[in-house]
Amino acid sequence: MDAVVVVDDVRIEYVDPEGRRFTAVDGVSFEVREGEKFVIIGPSGCGKTTLLRAVAGFVMPSRGWVLVGGEPVREPGPDRAVVFQEFDQLFPWRTVLDNVVYALTVTGRARGRAAVEQARHFLRMVGIEAAADRYPHQLSGGMKQRAAIARALAIRPKILLMDEPFGALDAITRTQLQQELNRLWAETGVTIILVTHSIQEAAYLGHRVLVMAANPGRVKAVVDTDHVEDMDGEAFAEATRRLRRLLGGAAEAQAVREEGAK
Amino acid sequence: MRGELPVTRPRPVAAPGPLRSPWARRLLILVGLIVFWQVYVAATQVKPLLFPSPAAVAEALVRDLTNLSIPRSTLTTLQFLVIGTLVGAALGLLLAAFSVTSSLGHDLLSVLTSVFNPLPGVAILPLAMIWFGLTPTAIIFVVAYATVWPIAISTDMGFRTVSPTLQMAARTLGLKGLRLVWDVLLPAALPHLLSGLKVAWAFGWRTVVAAELVFGVAGAQGGLGWYINTARYFLETPRVFAGLVVISLLGIAVEYAFRFVEFRTIERWGMKKAG
Repeated sequence: MDAVVVVDDVRIEYVDPEGRRFTAVDGVSFEVREGEKFVIIGPSGCGKTTLLRAVAGFVMPSRGWVLVGGEPVREPGPDRAVVFQEFDQLFPWRTVLDNVVYALTVTGRARGRAAVEQARHFLRMVGIEAAADRYPHQLSGGMKQRAAIARALAIRPKILLMDEPFGALDAITRTQLQQELNRLWAETGVTIILVTHSIQEAAYLGHRVLVMAANPGRVKAVVDTDHVEDMDGEAFAEATRRLRRLLGGAAEAQAVREEGAK
Repeated sequence: MRGELPVTRPRPVAAPGPLRSPWARRLLILVGLIVFWQVYVAATQVKPLLFPSPAAVAEALVRDLTNLSIPRSTLTTLQFLVIGTLVGAALGLLLAAFSVTSSLGHDLLSVLTSVFNPLPGVAILPLAMIWFGLTPTAIIFVVAYATVWPIAISTDMGFRTVSPTLQMAARTLGLKGLRLVWDVLLPAALPHLLSGLKVAWAFGWRTVVAAELVFGVAGAQGGLGWYINTARYFLETPRVFAGLVVISLLGIAVEYAFRFVEFRTIERWGMKKAG
C-alpha cells in the first residue's frame, strides 16, 4: 500500500509569549498508508495534537519533512479535512445544512442544488438529517461532532484528521460515535489519522497505533492493533494490554518527573 | 447603553390581570408620570413660560409635526448622523482590520484610541468650525470622529476573540485573506461589532444634537438641536419640550431597532454574550 502521509524526522518548536523556545516533538518519523485508520496516542503534552496540526498545515516543522501525497505541506487545505475536539468548530450563523453546503461551495466541490443534495446525503450518513435546519447552538455535543464529521467528509478529503473528536463527549455518546466512525470509514474508505488519549478508542478504531512519549514528544512504538471490531474478544484485550503496558511506563515516568519537579 | 437582562426566574406571586405584562406596567408608569406632571402644573400655577403643561407640549408637538418643521429638522439631524456614522464605521473597520493584520496597526490603534477616546466629539467642534466653516461637513466630521473610536476598539476586540478552532476550521476549507475576513471573521465578530455600533450611535447622537445647538443652521435646514435653540430664543418653551420629546422618542426607536437586529442575528445564532 502507498504512503499518503510521510512524516520524516520532524522536530517542531514553539516560542512561548515570554520568548522561550521549547521543543514539542523531536525526531518523529512515521508513514500513514492509503485507506487505513492511523491512531496517535500518548500522555498529555506529548505533542500528538501538534503533530496532527503539522499534517493539517497549521504549524511548520523546524526540521524534517511532512509530505502529503508526495508534496511537502505548506498550508491548510481541503484535501486534509480536520475535525476538532472543541464544539465551536461549526459556523454558528449557519444552519447545520448551510455549514455543509458552504463547505462544498467554497471548496468548489459542488454548488447550487447539487451542493444541497450532497450536503443532505452526508447529513443522512451521519444520522442528523432531521436537524439540518437547526443552528449549531441548538444541537447537543454529539450532534455537533456528527455535523462536523459530515462537513469534513462532504468535501471528500484525501485524509480525515481528527483531534480527539470524541474527547468532550459522555461515555455513551462516545461509544456510539466510535462505532459510527468505523461504519463511515467502511462506507467511504477515507484515510483517517485520529489523535486520542483513550486506550480503548485506539484499540477499537486503529489499524495501527503510534504510541508517543512526552518531554520532548517522540515515538515510542508503532503497534499493529489491526482493527479489532469485537470489543469482547481476546484480540481486543490483547491490544489494549499492549498499549497500556507501553503507555503505563510513560505515565509512571511522567508521574515521577512531576513529583521531582515539586 | 445596555438593555436590561430579561428576568427568567419564576416569580412566586404574579400581578393580576393585564398588569402581568411588563409592557403594560411600564406604560402605566409613563402615563402616571405625565398625569403627575399635568396635575403639578395645574396645582402649583407654575409659569407656563418656565414649565409648560403636557397638554401644551402635546399641542406644540402636533402643530410642528403637521407643519413639517419637526419632520424636516429630524431628517436633517438623521442625515448628519447616518453619514457621519457611516464614515466613522468605515474608518473604524479599516483601523481594526489593519490592527489585526500587523503589529504596527495594533500599536497605531492603541495610541490613537488612548489619545482621542477621552476627547469628546463636541470638544472637537470649534476646531471643525475653523477647518470647515459653518458647513454640514463640520458636523459630519465631529460625528464621524465621535463614532470611529468605539467602532474601531470593539471590532478589533471582536476580531481578536474569534475562536481559534473556528478559524482553523475555516482555513482547512482553504479560506484566506479577504474571503476569510468577510465570510468568517466579520460574522464571528458580529456581537462585538454590534455593541460597538450601539456605543457609537449613543456617542454620535449626543454629539450631533450638541453640535447643532452650538452651530445654528448648517445648509438649508437646521436640525433638532437648532429647532430647540430657536424655540428657546423665542421663549416658546412648549416647543423646547416638544424637541426634547422627539429626541427621546427617536432614541428609543433606535434602541429597539438594535434589539431587533440582535434578535434576528446573534440571539438566533446563540452568539449573544452574557451580560
